[in-house]
Amino acid sequence: MEKFTTHTGIGVPLRRSNVDTDQIIPAVYLKRVTRTGFEDALFAAWRGNPEFVLNQPAYAAGSVLVAGSDFGTGSSREHAVWALKDYGFRAVLSTRFGDIFRGNSGKQGLLAAQLAQEDIELIWKVLEENPGTEVTVDLEKKLVTCADIVAPFQVDDYTRWRLLEGLDDIGLTLQHEAEITVFETRRESWRPTTLPAKHLPSVHIEAARPVVPGPAAGTAALV
Amino acid sequence: MAGTLAEKVWDAHLVRRGADGSPDLLYVDLHLVHEVTSPQAFEGLRLTGRTVRRPDLTIATEDHNTPTLDIDQPIADLTSRTQIDTLRANAREFGIRLHSLGDADQGIVHVVGPQLGLTMPGLTVVCGDSHTSTHGAFGALAFGIGTSEVEHVLATQTLPLQPFRTMAITVDGALRPGTTAKDIILAVIAKIGTGGGQGYVLEYRGEAIRALSMEARMTICNMSIEAGARAGMIAPDATTFDYLKGRPHAPEGVDWEAAVAYWSTLKSDDDAIFDAEVVLDAAELEPFVTWGTNPGQGLPLSARVPDPADIVDENERVSAARALEYMGLTPGTPLRDIAVDTVFIGSCTNGRIEDLRAVARVVEGKRKADSLRVLVVPGSARVRLQAEAEGLDKVFLDFGAEWRNAGCSMCLGMNPDQLAPGERSASTSNRNFEGRQGKGGRTHLVSPLVAAATAIRGTLSSVADLDDAARILQNA
Ligand code: SF4
Repeated sequence: MEKFTTHTGIGVPLRRSNVDTDQIIPAVYLKRVTRTGFEDALFAAWRGNPEFVLNQPAYAAGSVLVAGSDFGTGSSREHAVWALKDYGFRAVLSTRFGDIFRGNSGKQGLLAAQLAQEDIELIWKVLEENPGTEVTVDLEKKLVTCADIVAPFQVDDYTRWRLLEGLDDIGLTLQHEAEITVFETRRESWRPTTLPAKHLPSVHIEAARPVVPGPAAGTAALV
Repeated sequence: MAGTLAEKVWDAHLVRRGADGSPDLLYVDLHLVHEVTSPQAFEGLRLTGRTVRRPDLTIATEDHNTPTLDIDQPIADLTSRTQIDTLRANAREFGIRLHSLGDADQGIVHVVGPQLGLTMPGLTVVCGDSHTSTHGAFGALAFGIGTSEVEHVLATQTLPLQPFRTMAITVDGALRPGTTAKDIILAVIAKIGTGGGQGYVLEYRGEAIRALSMEARMTICNMSIEAGARAGMIAPDATTFDYLKGRPHAPEGVDWEAAVAYWSTLKSDDDAIFDAEVVLDAAELEPFVTWGTNPGQGLPLSARVPDPADIVDENERVSAARALEYMGLTPGTPLRDIAVDTVFIGSCTNGRIEDLRAVARVVEGKRKADSLRVLVVPGSARVRLQAEAEGLDKVFLDFGAEWRNAGCSMCLGMNPDQLAPGERSASTSNRNFEGRQGKGGRTHLVSPLVAAATAIRGTLSSVADLDDAARILQNA
């Protein structure tokens, strides 16, 4: 994982709250099986609208997203973080994040920085009045700078340390492998194992067939 | 020291306690896998030369992308087929048990775990899926994780985690006939908001919760995530043990005795301290429906579509106005007057046998409204078999509904079952986000009983609106 100490890039004002992960990346894009190449899927439902902020040339190369409250709520899809990163974002600023999204961000090297509502408003104003203004996110000092605004942000110490060091999760855990093995020897015998598999006898499942299309509304959606 | 249920389960899984703000390392008892959030995790293992530490604590099923018609044909959508094929190849390569389309144990991952008896009290259960909270109904600590955490669990069978806060949701009183677990959870979310549970494990307790069946408890815990919570839990009791007993993976003999003895200790101590508490009276609840585009935007069915102008909080006002525009609704319209095009009965929230029985009781001997289509989708292939053994499929077909194969189906727009743009549904699923059931689709979240009544009348309705309400409610 790439280290994150400080980043400077064009700020993108996203004046919406409650942007859930379905809006960051709609479910239809989750079908891919690769780890990269999700930039086209980011905010897909809005990208067709010329008014949408990322469709305005001044913001198109943005790398710091400044969003409304409760960003990244909803489904646990990590693709939301991949899409933001693949597009080029290194940091998202908001007053509050969905828990899972925030966790996913830290693991992927995307900084989810929590700011006060007043500071978000001030930064929005600058970015809207002067499109293309750069925002600097300094993780060491936990400060965001945009024009003459300097605002503190919050990020938990552990995530900050990992981002600064660029540390991979699994490697960290495997430093404690001996302790995992000891824990496993204590596991009670009533706790389940999936193998060997136990289940009721196998039965043939009849395939359902399409009904003959009637006049009902919405049949168009069946094809 | 007095502890909550969540803290007790947490402590029993500590591989190592984190110092100085670093996270605890928690052991994972059961890891559920499906095709959407796992391919990149397996790819990650391959890229780093790692392997699956405990295939015997891992189980996979196909659900999100699977069609619910023609399951004996190749999957038509190429990307869906690729995801399924990738899961099959990964399961083979890493030795993981997989229940594929057509298998009697295939189905929605959160339906399959409990029905096999793999979900038990006192476990830690994780899955790359936010509705993993469902399994908390058994008194397990169960929560959704992201794909890199999936990779982490595959490689280490553990997760580094910061402790959650705890919130008690006490539901006193008794539900009135015609109201259900779904109405409880929709009311809870409307009360605390979609961010109200953030960072918390919710523990549901109180008289109304104790009275619920296991499947109804799963409906409640399932939607904890819609209040922003990491997990929902209910202390195990005789209802839990009875449900588990005799299931394929349930402990047997001395193991059963030992398990029940331990499970019986899994409850919050009387003097345990919760970080927050919410109290609700079940007797005051009516059937609940959502009018907006997040699960917190719900109201009793007798209400009217709210007017954003009446909302004080600016964020909420803007969000309500946007929601109404998307939903194509006019403030002041009685919710009961809203006509729907599709009724969807299914999902991990309400796709279990009891849900299907409840719907069948309402629609038996009737015809659906001509103006709409009705999809009944069992949560798993076993649920389908059970329903057919009870003759419920006939009831649905005679009613004019479609009887489908198991899967997530119209809960989300990843498989062929989708709403057309502008189409409106009454859905027993858990999310009414923009586009969730298909691009431009408009979703009203409802209980199975409301879904059934709506399918009969064509507009959002409760059982009380039906001519034979007294008979149905009496038998309920
Ligand atoms: S039924 Fe819906 S909520 Fe449940 S696992 Fe499937 S897509 Fe997710």
